[in-house]
Amino acid sequence: MSLGALPPVPTDPADVRPGSGDGGPRPASLPLRTSGSGTAEPRGDRVFRGLSVSAGVALLLLIVAIALFLVVRAVPALRADTAGFLSSTGWDPNALPPRFGIVALAFGTVLSSLLALAMALPVALGVALFISHYAPRRIAGPLGYVVDLLAAVPSVVFGLWGISYLNVPLAGVSRFLAEHLGWFPLFARAADDVYTRSLFLASVVLAIMILPIIASLSREVFLQVPATNQEAALALGATRWEMVRTAVLPFARPGVIGATMLGLGRALGETIAVAIVLSPAFVVSLSVLQPNSGNTIAANIALAFAEASATGRGALIASGLVLFVITLLVNVVARAVVSRRREFTGGAL
Amino acid sequence: MSAGSVRDPATPAAGTPSPAGTGAAGTSPASSTSGLRTPSLPPWGVPAVVAGIAVLTGLLVLATPLGGRTATVVVFALLLVVVQTALSLAVEGRRRATDRLVTTSVVLAFLLALLPLFSVLEYTATRGIHRFDVDFFYRSQRSIGARDPGGGAYHALLGTVEQVGIATLIAVPFGLLVAVYVVEYGRGRLAATIRFFVDVMTGIPSIVAGLFVLSFWILGLRMGFSGFAAALALTVLMLPIIVRSAEEMLRLVPSSLREASLALGVPRWKTILRIVLPTALPGIVTGVMLAVSRVMGETAPVLLTAFGAASIVRDPFRGGPQSSLPLFIYQQAGDAQQTAVDRAWTAALTLILLVMLLNLLARLVTRRSTIGR
Amino acid sequence: MGKRIESIGLDAYYGTFKAIEGVTLTIEPKSVTALIGPSGCGKSTFLRSINRMHEVVPGARVEGKLLLDDEDVYGPGVDATTVRRTIGMVFQRPNPFPTMSIYDNVVAGLKLNGVKKKADLDAACERSLKGANLWNEVKDRLGKPGAGLSGGQQQRLCIARAIAVEPQVLLMDEPCSALDPISTLAIEDLMTELKDRFTIVIVTHNMQQAARVSDRTGFFTIEATGQPGRLVEIDDTQKIFTNPGEKRTEDYITGRFG
Repeated sequence: MSLGALPPVPTDPADVRPGSGDGGPRPASLPLRTSGSGTAEPRGDRVFRGLSVSAGVALLLLIVAIALFLVVRAVPALRADTAGFLSSTGWDPNALPPRFGIVALAFGTVLSSLLALAMALPVALGVALFISHYAPRRIAGPLGYVVDLLAAVPSVVFGLWGISYLNVPLAGVSRFLAEHLGWFPLFARAADDVYTRSLFLASVVLAIMILPIIASLSREVFLQVPATNQEAALALGATRWEMVRTAVLPFARPGVIGATMLGLGRALGETIAVAIVLSPAFVVSLSVLQPNSGNTIAANIALAFAEASATGRGALIASGLVLFVITLLVNVVARAVVSRRREFTGGAL
Repeated sequence: MSAGSVRDPATPAAGTPSPAGTGAAGTSPASSTSGLRTPSLPPWGVPAVVAGIAVLTGLLVLATPLGGRTATVVVFALLLVVVQTALSLAVEGRRRATDRLVTTSVVLAFLLALLPLFSVLEYTATRGIHRFDVDFFYRSQRSIGARDPGGGAYHALLGTVEQVGIATLIAVPFGLLVAVYVVEYGRGRLAATIRFFVDVMTGIPSIVAGLFVLSFWILGLRMGFSGFAAALALTVLMLPIIVRSAEEMLRLVPSSLREASLALGVPRWKTILRIVLPTALPGIVTGVMLAVSRVMGETAPVLLTAFGAASIVRDPFRGGPQSSLPLFIYQQAGDAQQTAVDRAWTAALTLILLVMLLNLLARLVTRRSTIGR
Repeated sequence: MGKRIESIGLDAYYGTFKAIEGVTLTIEPKSVTALIGPSGCGKSTFLRSINRMHEVVPGARVEGKLLLDDEDVYGPGVDATTVRRTIGMVFQRPNPFPTMSIYDNVVAGLKLNGVKKKADLDAACERSLKGANLWNEVKDRLGKPGAGLSGGQQQRLCIARAIAVEPQVLLMDEPCSALDPISTLAIEDLMTELKDRFTIVIVTHNMQQAARVSDRTGFFTIEATGQPGRLVEIDDTQKIFTNPGEKRTEDYITGRFG
């Protein structure tokens, strides 16, 4: 009775006990070894196991190959670079001699993603809490599905929507911010009073795209909080929010951090939506409200690819390598946090 | 141990509405000796506040040059939060006020998240419907300029089907084998390493997958742009999704089922192929469909590997550059001409419909399965 | 401390299903009252109705009166959170907050109620842990996670957490069913000590336990599955176990059913 609030524990649908109801006489004796082979494992097993092991190993090799080929293709271009790749901001790899650096791109990538995260995270957590703990149970499932649909919209469509629908109204918001909060570095006023196709627009689109990812992962974590802990908080006289604060959020924190990092990873690597909405420039600037206020690695690859020379392609691949490393770091940290949580709850329950 | 959410701890008990706190003022006659009774807003309090704020917002919008849908909504939300919190703080105290504030914020966050979804869907539908005609699905862009009306996305649709189809054909068996290894055979370091890297692979940006195929297949082996190259890039993206979902589904298969089969003398590989995989099949199918719907909308890797073309290219292997639906959207949208943009929107509508249809089907498959989540 | 509980014609529902019907009984202050009966007879539901934890389940509701010293727990203007602060609860499985230390677990309820001063919290922590006979075992590791304790210690930690907010009544929902015999004994001893300060109501499947710890015993049963549970009788424990007033009680006690 006391656990009545919980979804029913799934019962084993097929709890078959061997040898219970299979009537029929058994042969008096079975050969313990299959004839000929001489090993305990039949040949079919060896083949199948071999196949699955090689698939696993092939997958590891694939990841090594990804890193390797990016490096191999990037090195010649990096050799040809006459500016410092890790220290310069410009991007002119098609020129003779080629000059390009990653600084502006990496800065724009990280800045736009962090902005997106700052906007998406509070809303995503609200959405996740709403679905896990606030919405009437009967409609919570369908509502969660509706939010997941947001994740299903292809990024190119978000880009198209961002440039043709969101661009102008958001420019109005940007102008408002610049006029009233212009003292804040991010909201610096544009010299020519133009606020379209800015890095801010790209960040908002990114925020919308990562919101459902963070929301649905966090929702899963919130739903995993043992009901007994939540009841314990309620029995102490906690209000709903106090219950969430005492029993749900601390338990879910590592999972939410993991979800956030995954969302960040997605924002860092998002290409086409940014490429469509952004008016790019190779500058390191905090004033994100104006056009030509930055660029991202991924968007630059898409934008510059068609007209890139051999060195240009190499330079783009080198930038992709940097993106790969950044997202790899973020993901590894996220996974580490999430798996630590697994161990932790494993010990606690 | 079961988990789940516990909601609604402090709803007023069914029955008569509270006589305490009749109205905004804190002059409730409550507080009897033992103090079980606390002053609280009446049950009709929240609707009343919402209605009041709505009227107030209306007046503000009419009387001041606020205007605009967005501004109205923002003003309404802010007023609601402020007024309700203040009322509750005055009548019910800090704890209940905080509780109400969070509840309101959480609901508002949810509504806020829905805005872009509905906006995207509505906008795509209204803009995309113009060119949602027979020509669009039967013609290509061959010898059609940006300015020209007509033209279609047949070549792009064909490209998407071929690329995604080939990617699925490679990724599904490959991914299933990896999942089988991890769940059924995997022990020790190798399995742990593979699981870790599958997780890492999920986070690889799609453009990096495109760059990889570009470096390896197109620049390295000099195979040139093709639909197959795009399929390879999509395979890299599909693999981790399929491995992870299949892994989860295989783990849900009760081990008693495996033991029952093994105890009957069925070899392990037959047990896996005949018992375990079929049991997990609905879940695996769902995972595959979600993976397909995910890569179907990918633009960046296709741009780097298939490059795009205006005419119909049937052969994905030797046909040279090929288009795809998302790539078509990207390239048409890059044109300033209205006719091109119209085509982009119709393609976007088509793509959204396809992706959502796949998603919906995937959910239905899960719902019908017995061990699906 | 310790208040009288009076239930008058109490019905409890899960949606349209009536789980208990017409429960009328009085629970005396500063005593231990045991509720026994077969599975599904509604004794836990009744217990959870006392501190309004029943309504946490979606669609669950209660009809009738439940008086705590003459004040209706379900009366108009009564806030469930206030009720639960006044009537503490210990659950079937030990459920310390897994992310909190022993100390934080004990003072969790006090912190919710706005007690902030470190000295007050320290004092309450020591007092409650001593009250739960746990102080000597954990006083050197108050900062360690509560989940690291043994099952019996965890359950006593949960009791300490419940009594830290100084409730009037302590409800215990099969508090020993997940524990070994030695831990069970420790909790039973504790109950005898705690009844000087609190009104204790315990739901148990274990009739020996009811006989050992309680002053009064109430017997619940159901006629058939799908029927609501009812209170058959409540009387002094001595009398229930030696000379019950109802045949059904006697059958249950002597093991003829259930």
